[in-house]
Order: sequence, then C-alpha cells, then structure tokens
Amino acid sequence: MKPTAETLCLGVESTADDFGVGIATFDGEILANASSSYIPEEGGIHPREAARHHAEAADKVLNVAFTKAKVNPRDLTLIAFAQGPGLGPCLRTGATVARALASYLDIPLVGVNHSVAHIEIGKLTTGAVDPVTLYVSGGNTIVSAFDSGRYRVFGETLDMALGNCLDVFAREAGLKHRQGVPLGAALERLAADGKKLIPLPYVVKGMDISLSGLLTAATSLLQKRESRLEDLCYSLQEHAFSMVTEVTERALAHTDKKEVLLTGGVAANKRLQAMLDIIAKEHNTKFNVVPLQFATDNGAMIAWTGILAYTHGVTTPVPKSFVKLRWRLEKVDVPWIK
Amino acid sequence: MDKVNSQTLLKKGAEASLFLADWHGRRAIIKARLPKNYRPAELDKKIRSYRTVHEPQLMNEAKKAGVPTPKIFLVDMKDAAITMEFVEGKQVKQLLGNLASEKRQALCVKIGELIGRLHKHGLIHGDLTTSNMILNAEGKIFLVDFGLGEKNKELEARGVDLHLMKRALQSTHYDMAGECFKHVQEGYAMVLGARDAGKVFGKIREIERRGRYVDERKQA
Repeated sequence: MKPTAETLCLGVESTADDFGVGIATFDGEILANASSSYIPEEGGIHPREAARHHAEAADKVLNVAFTKAKVNPRDLTLIAFAQGPGLGPCLRTGATVARALASYLDIPLVGVNHSVAHIEIGKLTTGAVDPVTLYVSGGNTIVSAFDSGRYRVFGETLDMALGNCLDVFAREAGLKHRQGVPLGAALERLAADGKKLIPLPYVVKGMDISLSGLLTAATSLLQKRESRLEDLCYSLQEHAFSMVTEVTERALAHTDKKEVLLTGGVAANKRLQAMLDIIAKEHNTKFNVVPLQFATDNGAMIAWTGILAYTHGVTTPVPKSFVKLRWRLEKVDVPWIK
Repeated sequence: MDKVNSQTLLKKGAEASLFLADWHGRRAIIKARLPKNYRPAELDKKIRSYRTVHEPQLMNEAKKAGVPTPKIFLVDMKDAAITMEFVEGKQVKQLLGNLASEKRQALCVKIGELIGRLHKHGLIHGDLTTSNMILNAEGKIFLVDFGLGEKNKELEARGVDLHLMKRALQSTHYDMAGECFKHVQEGYAMVLGARDAGKVFGKIREIERRGRYVDERKQA
C-alpha cells in the first residue's frame, strides 16, 4: 500500500493506566491523539480496576478521536493495537476494542509492540533516524539501539522501572496523582527546590542499573523525617537520573551512533532532559526528546507503528491477536528499517 | 590535567577517556575519569575517586587469581587518572565474529575460565563485555576495565556478573550469542567445578526471571 494522506490508521493503546486512541495518516501526520487516565484513589495501578476504566472510557475516547480528526470510521484503512508488553486485563480490553473495530469495518488488524511504538513516535516527531534511545516510563527503563533488523537492548533496569521508582516514592511522600498532573511532575516540582544532595545508593552494573535499593534508602529517610522533602526528591532524582544517563552514555560510546533520543513518560522531566543533552553534546551527537503529548502512553504511537508494520507486510489476523504480556523489545522484527 | 591533555586521545569512553602516553620509554595508557558535569559535583567526585581507588586494587587481585591484567604504573588521585601498561593486541569484540568456529569456541572457553578464576578468588568484574577483553599475540587474554568491579563472593554478585556477559554477547554478537555463552559456561565450570558453577547458572535464570517481561516468569 502506498503511503498517502488519504489512507488512515487508528491505534489503540491500553497497556497500563492510560486508554488512548490515535489516528494517523499513512504519510505520518497525527490527526488525533485522545486519551483518558485511570487514577487510583490510593496506591498504584490495580490492573482489573484500570481495565474497567478502559472499558468504560473506550466509547468516549474513540468519539473524541474521530471528532478531532474529522474522520468517519468508514474512512479507516487499518486498526493497530498495543499487543504487549503490559498488564493483562488492560491489554485485553484494548485488544477487544481493536478486534471489534477491525471486524466490524472489515479492515486489517495489526498488533504493535508498545516499546517499539515509544521509539517510533520519538523518531517521527523529532526527526531522529538512528538514535541510541533511552526509554523511561512507569513500566520500562531501556537503553536500546537498532542493529540488524531489531532494536537491541544494551542496558535496562535489573529490578524496577525508573517511573515506578519515582511514583512509589512520591506516593510515600503523600503526593497525589491528578488528571493531567502525573506524580512524577509533582515530584519534579519539589525537587527543583532541593538544595542539599543527600547520599543515596548509586548502582550501575555494566550497562544495567538497579533502582530498588535507591528507593528503599530514600523511603526510609523519608520516614525518619529528618530531611527536607525537597532535598530528598532532589537527591532521588539526581541519583536515579545520573545512573540512567551514565548507561546511556556507555551505549552511545559503544555503538558510535550520532543521535540520542529520550522517550517514554519520564522523558517529560526537564532535569533528565538536561542531563542527556549534556552527554549528547559531549559526544557530538544530536539530542532529541519526544514532545510532551507523545511522551506518556498514547494511541498515536500505536497508530504510527501499525502503519510502519502494515506497509512492510505485517498484519495480525484476529485468531492470532492474543495479547503478549511479556513481549520484549528485542524479540520484535522491525522490517521497516534497513 | 595538563599532563593528560598533552597525550593523544585514543578513545573517549563514557566512563573514562583513554590517552596513549609514554611512561619512561614504555607505551602506556592513561585512563582518566574526567569530571561529568551532568551529575552534581559531589556525586561526581565520589563516583570518580571510588572507581579510581578500586580499579587498580582489583586489577592486582585479578593477577593473583591468574587473570592477566595490565600492569599499573601510577594512580593519580587528584585527577582520578590511572597510568597503566599498554597491552598490544586486539579487542575480543572485533575478533569474535571473524573466527572459525573451533577457534571461537576455544576463545569462549578461555574467557569462561578467566571469569571462573576471578569469581573463585572472590572478585567481580562488573562490566564483562567483549570490548573489555584484549587478546595478545601469544594468545593471552587480558581483562581490563575493573572500574565497576568489587570484592564479593556472594552467589547473587556472581550471577549478575555472568548474566552481564550473556547480555553483552546478545546485544553485540547476537547471531552467535547462544553458542558463545554455552562455551563461556563450559570454561567457567572447569574452574569452579560443576556444582558451584551450576548454582551460579541457576542464579542467572533467576535474575532473568526477575527482569522485565520474561516469558518464564510465573504469572502473579
């Protein structure tokens, strides 16, 4: 299929707490990117509750996307959905919506890897071509670069994801998640007023990092109530971000790539952006950061990656569209890159 | 820092820059951990001096364990710079893909033996990649870059160390990683004995299951 502005793909994202629908043209214009977030009353994401939210929000979010894009469902060429990795109940809800749409409209369906989608939307929106990517979110912390048909994982977290580490600490500190203001943003605001660097564990193992010890140490200092909360937030961020920046720099030196891309929800953090900008400059490479509306989980990235896959011969017939909860980035063939 | 800057830059790594230098008539490498201004100065200083002190100590310990490492000439704490012997040879990273199957197998077994000797001696390398291994003309493999290493005899540390080797093979030598790592394990078991090595291999599987999105991990 020739990519034109008339051929359209709708993408459904539902791997975790966000239900998103994006509509993109085959030549890469994002026409709509609607979403709704499940916000727990307390604690982290309850998978079944999040899935219930997605099922209830699906109809509304789809309508917002169609209205925004000024598109009729009958105009669609392709349906894409996040097939994994993610939380089972959430993934299944999104997949059900996608299968129903594809079957009803009688158009092809394509399952997309969520991690690949974060990288591809970053490339589309920044113009990066072949970057070392730091993908950091609530569920993932991955340093990757393309080589021979796949995105290879050079480094990752050995335990928890960066976004999860920051979120758990923020909740322990009593910060609240509000629609449009994620916990990480609240933490970042406090950290900006931090003055004193409190020593915390710094764990880099080769190209991998470990964050659980850092979180435990920061949380126990929080409970002692001897430090300013701003200083703790600042120290947590500085330690965690220095670790991911160090491993990203290692991958950059190792691969000799000429671009750095920061993507995923934590990419919205200005301090992390500044750190990566410094290493990119030091290695004479170009630093790219995904725009805010495409940083967190979104449907547009699924639509765009679905287009890339479909135009390179990939489709996912409904009987094979079961969700893959643990679908690792390096297991995905990316035939659209030479 | 003037002394360092006057040398030829060989490689600007992430963790340190390598300069080619002359040490009383011998070819030497100066490994300088230059300040990283992305992280706070206090944290930066702490990390750089910690690694500069520990790296030469671990390299000496490794020698005692029978693992070739470059000779240390000078440790300059002020500039976080280590002057060491220049090892003539080739990075295993560049060699591995071009070797005939039997030679590659022998090399991987040898690498496994060296890792085994480190672990048996209570040492963890901390950054086992094929770019940190140099093969010289006599067929001796030198291990370099102990900056992330530690003294540790725990199963967990050994498992993480060997897991790193596996991961490095998968990301850099993906088309032959499985076979190479199998031979690394073979060499490792020759030194540690089947029983102890088996425990470490079991730990690797456990570490993998702990990782993100692993099929083998049990569903909660």
